[in-house]
Amino acid sequence: MKDQLEKIKSEALKQIEGSDALEKLNDIRVAYLGKKGELTKVLKSMKDVAPEDRPKVGQMVNEAREAIEAKLEETKARLARKAREEQMKAEVIDVTLPAVKNHVGHSHPNTIALEEVERIFVGMGYEVVEGPEVEYDEYNFTKLNIPANHPAKDEQDTFYINKDIVLRTQTSPVQARIMEQGKLPIRMIAPGRVFRSDEVDATHSPSFHQVEGLVIDKHITFADLKGTLAQFAKEMFGEDTKVKFRPHHFPFTEPSAEVDVSCFKCGGTGCRFCKGSGWIEILGCGMVHPHVLEMCGIDPEEYTGFAFGVGLERIALLKYEIDDMRLLYENDIRFLKQF
Amino acid sequence: MNTALSWIKAYVPELDVTAQEYTDAMTLSGTKVEGYTRLDKNLEKIVVGQIERIERHPDADKLVVCQVNVGSETLQIVTGAPNIKTGDKVPVVLDGGKVAGGHDGGPLPEDGIRIKKGKLRGVESCGMMCSIEELGSSRDMYPDAPESGIYILPADTPVGADAVEVLGLRDVVFEYEITSNRVDCYSVVGIAREAAATFDKPFCPPQVKETDNSEDVHDYLKVRVEDTDLCPRYCARMVKNIHLAPSPEWMQRRLAASGIRPINNLVDITNYVMEEYGQPMHAYDYDLIAGHEIVVRRAKDGDVFQTLDGQERKLDSTVLMINDGEKEVGIAGIMGGENSKITDDVKTMVFEAACFDGTNIRLSAKKIGLRTDASGKFEKGLDPNNAAAAINRACQLVEELGAGEVVGGMIDVYPVKREERRIPFDPAAVNRLLGTEIDEATMRSYFKKLDLGFDEAAKEVIVPTFRQDLERPADIAEEVARFFGYDNIPTTLPSGEATSGGLSYKLRIEEKAREIAEFSGFSQSMTYSFESPKVFDRLRIPEDSRLRMTVNILNPLGEDFSIMRTTPLNGMLTSLSTNYNRRNKNVHLYELANVYLPKALPLTELPEERMQFILGAYGETDFFTMKGVIEEFFEKVGMHKRPHYDPSAGRPYLHPGRQADVIYDGVPVGYLGEIHPDVADSYRIGEKVYVAVLDMPALIPFTTFDRKYEGIAKYPAVTRDISMVVPKDVLVGQIEDVIEKRGGKILESYSLFDIYEGAQILAGHKSVAYTITFRAKDHTLEDKEVSAVMEKILHGLKELGIELRA
Repeated sequence: MKDQLEKIKSEALKQIEGSDALEKLNDIRVAYLGKKGELTKVLKSMKDVAPEDRPKVGQMVNEAREAIEAKLEETKARLARKAREEQMKAEVIDVTLPAVKNHVGHSHPNTIALEEVERIFVGMGYEVVEGPEVEYDEYNFTKLNIPANHPAKDEQDTFYINKDIVLRTQTSPVQARIMEQGKLPIRMIAPGRVFRSDEVDATHSPSFHQVEGLVIDKHITFADLKGTLAQFAKEMFGEDTKVKFRPHHFPFTEPSAEVDVSCFKCGGTGCRFCKGSGWIEILGCGMVHPHVLEMCGIDPEEYTGFAFGVGLERIALLKYEIDDMRLLYENDIRFLKQF
Repeated sequence: MNTALSWIKAYVPELDVTAQEYTDAMTLSGTKVEGYTRLDKNLEKIVVGQIERIERHPDADKLVVCQVNVGSETLQIVTGAPNIKTGDKVPVVLDGGKVAGGHDGGPLPEDGIRIKKGKLRGVESCGMMCSIEELGSSRDMYPDAPESGIYILPADTPVGADAVEVLGLRDVVFEYEITSNRVDCYSVVGIAREAAATFDKPFCPPQVKETDNSEDVHDYLKVRVEDTDLCPRYCARMVKNIHLAPSPEWMQRRLAASGIRPINNLVDITNYVMEEYGQPMHAYDYDLIAGHEIVVRRAKDGDVFQTLDGQERKLDSTVLMINDGEKEVGIAGIMGGENSKITDDVKTMVFEAACFDGTNIRLSAKKIGLRTDASGKFEKGLDPNNAAAAINRACQLVEELGAGEVVGGMIDVYPVKREERRIPFDPAAVNRLLGTEIDEATMRSYFKKLDLGFDEAAKEVIVPTFRQDLERPADIAEEVARFFGYDNIPTTLPSGEATSGGLSYKLRIEEKAREIAEFSGFSQSMTYSFESPKVFDRLRIPEDSRLRMTVNILNPLGEDFSIMRTTPLNGMLTSLSTNYNRRNKNVHLYELANVYLPKALPLTELPEERMQFILGAYGETDFFTMKGVIEEFFEKVGMHKRPHYDPSAGRPYLHPGRQADVIYDGVPVGYLGEIHPDVADSYRIGEKVYVAVLDMPALIPFTTFDRKYEGIAKYPAVTRDISMVVPKDVLVGQIEDVIEKRGGKILESYSLFDIYEGAQILAGHKSVAYTITFRAKDHTLEDKEVSAVMEKILHGLKELGIELRA
């Protein structure tokens, strides 16, 4: 009995060893461990074994079974590993073949510049609001301290719809509209399209974009205006950017200033971008004129504020080194794809 | 405004700065210097020489050989100039020196022209005698220069001296950008006052002495101002025994540097005073003034007047005129008349220095189409108190220059004297506005520098009338800020309660639109808001369409930019056309474009501005791709209902069989389709073009950024496939309507998996197959539940004439 078991075991192990496919292993399992398998047969013949020997024989059968099963598992794992390796070998690809792209579209450079401006001011707690592009003369001029027959009206080359309605020449009328709503304090920027009757050329367009900024609160100072715009310049043009405030005149602010930033191409040493000066003019600003506050129903004794206006195209052209403004409105896909 | 530094220095004698220092400091104190030109640019080694001998050139008829004494030596110089003679003193550029330009007076080369010793037709020439053009100037500015040839210096010029200095070219001309509020700075005196304050140097304006003979001008002339509203002040003085001659060099140089051509002493004096005081003046020939009377009044409608440039000008009753006893003799503040202009025979003249209403002058100049240096000054609104000072200055110069005999007295019609303004001064308030801590004494030192007075008792700044821009305390704060230095004001951030920033809801929706469009491969375009009225014909839009009701620009840049768009189609098609004609393949664009829809015409209130989200493409695209972008966008902005597509809108610019209006929850929110081939032709696009347009204001009410988790289904789904024979004119959308309406609560989804027309299908029919998925949230569906619903669906389909396929 013992020899018979040993023989079955070694025969089985040998067959397992020699298997080269997972299916064969299954056949071997059936042949030895199945209902009609060799080892099962031995168990069935236990009734012929003397009762005192039965535990011993049972143990021997179990040992043989365990040995065969262990071998089967081990071999199965080895074969499976081998099969996977072969599969992977067959699946090798040329990773340098071209990428499959979704061909995502591109934002207009004006939008990219605007999003940058918005990100900075939204981070400082500013709301982004809008106003009408076709606007009353009253909002575009009168409420901004530019009364009828003021020479500034001529300077701005206004498109008129009729004597009372114009294409807004600046985003500043949004200031008046927001102030009139009377919700204080105000921290807002108003981006949008503006119009001036300039003929189209490399540096002029009859339609362009501005971003207006307005802060009204108690105790707002010119120093706050300087700090805010210095912060904006650093975030927009880089940490090392310096700003220069030059006195200027706008009818709706007093004191007023024009702001130059140190040239972000050359860092201020002078280059063709800054025409050798090291500075680039980027915006106009000032403390909101007390008369403008009064006209919008805000008490200038209690509240002060500042306002600024940035030309979006100016920033986009400078930042992205676009040399002709007409490109912005032609929409040639070869241009747009570069942004 | 251009002014030579030497002229400024005449009134700020201690000013000692480089051109760049001057530029920077003046700009930072508010007088913006746009740039400067050195008059001695590229003029090197140029001295005064005297011609001692002139001999013929042995080998050239047109050349002569000169011996020129330049002080230290005598040089041999060969020249072709025709105008020299022995003894002449001339500018000589020495060997190795530089001149600014060629003798032809063309554009000046950036680096000038180097002059070297050399041989001319075999004869050595050791330098060059210079024409005025070679010195970088022109005959306009140096009227005594010959038409061609060497500039001859005055006989008393010392030999060997710096010729550039002698010619007044050691100077810098600054170009200023004066802001419209600083009328006083449109004058040399005004700028000099700012320069003195900026550099903290004494300001010494011209001292005007009243000079005259013992006669009284009132015995010669009468002045009557009828329209005092347009002429607050009129001053007149007279000069007799006029002696016309060139003005002295110093005056010519200063005028030339300012870009004004010297003419003769009288003309030059009026121009000089206009520059110096910012006060335009006019001179009339006294003998041509009928009745020796001047009357200032409005013209009559329809008057025609010949100005001294010989042009006929049509007038109306808004234009202010200067008249004599009989007729009009000048357009006030703009230009004098041909009939009273000064000629070389003038014996006695009237000087006029008046103050006219700035707005009226500006509007008149515009109406007449004649803008002059004088009107340019008047329209800014001049200080009437300046007029008397200017006319007295002019008379002083007449005497100094020996141009005539000034008649005593001044006629001065000045009914309401312009007084100084007073502004309360609160140094603490100034500091509060600026965010500074400047002490009162410092602030008051700035006022003093600017000739602003101060009333100690009342604590008021007294503003002279030449500073009309200073009206209220904020203006005073700006004066403090300018001289304290904007650079020295601290930088802080606003304090006060925090505000939460962010985009408006509309802008957030637009941001999503851009996101989806770009993710779907569309790039953003931008087009003008105004376009041509011809676009409607190109787009096949009928005559009676509301789209043709446009907001029109009164003063457009030509017809192509004359109407505000009512549809975004033209912009998109134009951009696609540009791309197509530049052979760009497969172009996908989108634009967020406002259209401008008037409520009624003529416009009495603002038009409605409706944001349109337009997608347009040619190349790898089709109707259903566009539809897909729309639906992706809807899902992204919380519009989860199934949009409906109505093919029957009949939009004329779209292909009649490939278009649909987009209906969301019963509301039209846009349209999409293939561009009508005729329209594509008119835009010269040779491919199929697809567009989709969403009307943002219509769909925004349906949008939301609210999201709610609905759980993941726990119970299994049951699917049923149905295959149908459908009459051809029934739309798939109608089938889906039935499935949705009748599917009840357990309907989860449905999807089209096959559509087929062809041989095996009954004529006039198509085969359509759907998979319908059902699921209940709370239990496993039983077969009979599903069958009951399917029964309802099939019943509904039958009503559309649909049969199940066998």
